[in-house]
Amino acid sequence: MDWSLLITQLLNGLQLGLLLFLLASGLTLIFGIMDFINLSHGSFYMIGAYFCGTVVAITGSFFIGVVFGLVGIFIVGAAVEWFIARRLYRSDHLDHVLVTFGLILIFDTLVHLLWGAQGMAIPLPDMLNGQIRIGELVLPTYRMLIIGCGLGVAALLYVLVVRTRLGMLIRAGASNRTMVEALGININRLFLVVFALGAAMAGFAGMLIAPITEASIGMGNDIIIVAFVVVIVGGIGSVKGAFYAALILGMMDTLSRSYLDVVLGWFMPVTYAETAAPALSAMLIYILMAAVLAFRPQGLFPPAGAK
Amino acid sequence: MLRKTMVSALIAGAVATSGVAQADSVKIGFVTTLTTPAAVIGEDMKNSVELALEHIGNKMGPLDVELIFEDDGFKPDIGKTKTDKLVKQDDVDFVTGFIWSHVLLASAKSVLDADKFLISANAGPSQIAGKRCHPNFFSSSWQNDQTPMAMGEHLNQTGVKSLYVMAPNYAAGKDMVRGVESTFKGKVLGKDMTKWGADAQLDFSAELAKAKSSGADALFVFYPGKAGGAFIKQYQQAGLQGVMDLYTVFTVDSIALPKLQAGGLSGVLGSKNTQQWSPDILNAANQRFVSEYLARHGKYPSFYGAQSYDAIMLIKSAVEKVNGDLSDKDAVRAALKQADFDSVRGKYSYGNNHMPIQNFYLREVVEDGEGRWTTKIVSTVLTNHQDPYAKDCKM
Repeated sequence: MDWSLLITQLLNGLQLGLLLFLLASGLTLIFGIMDFINLSHGSFYMIGAYFCGTVVAITGSFFIGVVFGLVGIFIVGAAVEWFIARRLYRSDHLDHVLVTFGLILIFDTLVHLLWGAQGMAIPLPDMLNGQIRIGELVLPTYRMLIIGCGLGVAALLYVLVVRTRLGMLIRAGASNRTMVEALGININRLFLVVFALGAAMAGFAGMLIAPITEASIGMGNDIIIVAFVVVIVGGIGSVKGAFYAALILGMMDTLSRSYLDVVLGWFMPVTYAETAAPALSAMLIYILMAAVLAFRPQGLFPPAGAK
Repeated sequence: MLRKTMVSALIAGAVATSGVAQADSVKIGFVTTLTTPAAVIGEDMKNSVELALEHIGNKMGPLDVELIFEDDGFKPDIGKTKTDKLVKQDDVDFVTGFIWSHVLLASAKSVLDADKFLISANAGPSQIAGKRCHPNFFSSSWQNDQTPMAMGEHLNQTGVKSLYVMAPNYAAGKDMVRGVESTFKGKVLGKDMTKWGADAQLDFSAELAKAKSSGADALFVFYPGKAGGAFIKQYQQAGLQGVMDLYTVFTVDSIALPKLQAGGLSGVLGSKNTQQWSPDILNAANQRFVSEYLARHGKYPSFYGAQSYDAIMLIKSAVEKVNGDLSDKDAVRAALKQADFDSVRGKYSYGNNHMPIQNFYLREVVEDGEGRWTTKIVSTVLTNHQDPYAKDCKM
């Protein structure tokens, strides 16, 4: 057993899980509180990355890029809620899907028009491009930063949801929306804040991943499906559920990519294992989702009092 | 009754006009990727085709050229639909383009069954080179296995003893891996085939960690398009630079290099790859192509562009040889087979399976006189090389 490899892979899984959490936490709140299916949540992930990349290209500083990117994506999220989502809360899910799918196409085309098809590389400061060495372990500094940021945001979100009045309203909204409205809460403002906050977190995830994979058109569409799986596995509307589910899926994906071919090799010829392993590891998270839906359809950690 | 007459009159009219158009123009369909991030490749091909048309004054022999671009969306099913449209609706004479092997494999039958000519400007899947070879198929690029075979030879020459291999999990990825394994004499210590397509895997953290712990001397990868840039970046961030040398095919090209330069990833300078073409090949056709492309677009053309430029020139040579009479398919086929044109890679010939028999070079990433990152030929690895599937082709 190669322990340093295992630890590296666990950290890689943690990094992937935290990125998924940043996406899924907003998605689960929007889904849980407003009963709104937002397929275009992944577009915020993409736009966040492009905003950040543009500011980095002008100012040369990654940190300024992230700050401006966050402000920009918060505004975009608020605008989408104000002009589009708000009109749809009372329609059914099919309408949500149609409209937000349309939004994906619009955002993808806008990015194509504004920034071109070639994608955008985001340079990192030299200190982030290096590695941290702990004994035998050599860990890319930037990936450690992603883990730090992800955990930080998770902690902030925890404080927000559990310790503040806004958080109380969010939790109440996820459990029983009608009652919150009946108690005289300005539900419109709550929705606006939650939507924009969700967009900002998705955008933040996009900014974090872009220096690794580059910002590109449709980058959010690939990962949004997995984020929906996280929401379903974790329990719709539950931030805690999203956190655990994201970590489980992130670990599962990374570990199966690293060890499944070896494991399969015990049962079948190596050449078959090499072909079967990538296919199977791509399927695993969906198999988990199917299992959760079959045995615990409310998700692993549903919000308290949810129907 | 009246309606029926009108309809037949319209049909007759349509047939008549298309008949006229047929007579004085050659119609070429070009299938490439113009959406999704892979559109950068498609744009490079489109730019090169447009440059080629300009160079020939939009004329092939006595015929005007009518070119139709179609977008495959990086998906085999869409590629096939668009190819069907080109063949049936537009009734083109030649279909060319095709970046992706899986798209070409899905689309080839539509063209070949209709007795049209298919010229691949990039994809070279082993299937079409071997058992599924066809008299009307020609390639202006290479067979997938050849470029990694050249790399395998180079690895032997440099004394690399063990290798870790990574490639995307699709038709071409499998050919590339088979290619390098067929010539590399050392040991392959591990292999990863990653998810590919419009939702391709771009974060290689798990695979890079595995590669590193395998202890192999070197890493061989095939990651075309945007995945290439992302891979190089992560390779460097993972601290593998100087620990495990990187050898690539179709990964470090004129599409990835400007972005790597913008990202300041200087580790890629000096890295080696193999290819049948390079911007610095000395011949009049190539110098004209590269310098005018550079002047117009401010960047070097890629091999995708060079092959697309060649595809147009190959078609032109055939149309000229038959003096514009495209109805004589046998004559057109014989003319294509001669490859009698000034290819930007230099002269090459066609094997029995209509795949080029050509040289493969070792290229190094260098900085040019104006500070742009590009590739330069170091040596010739394979001379007049024919792909290994030619023997399976009964033609």
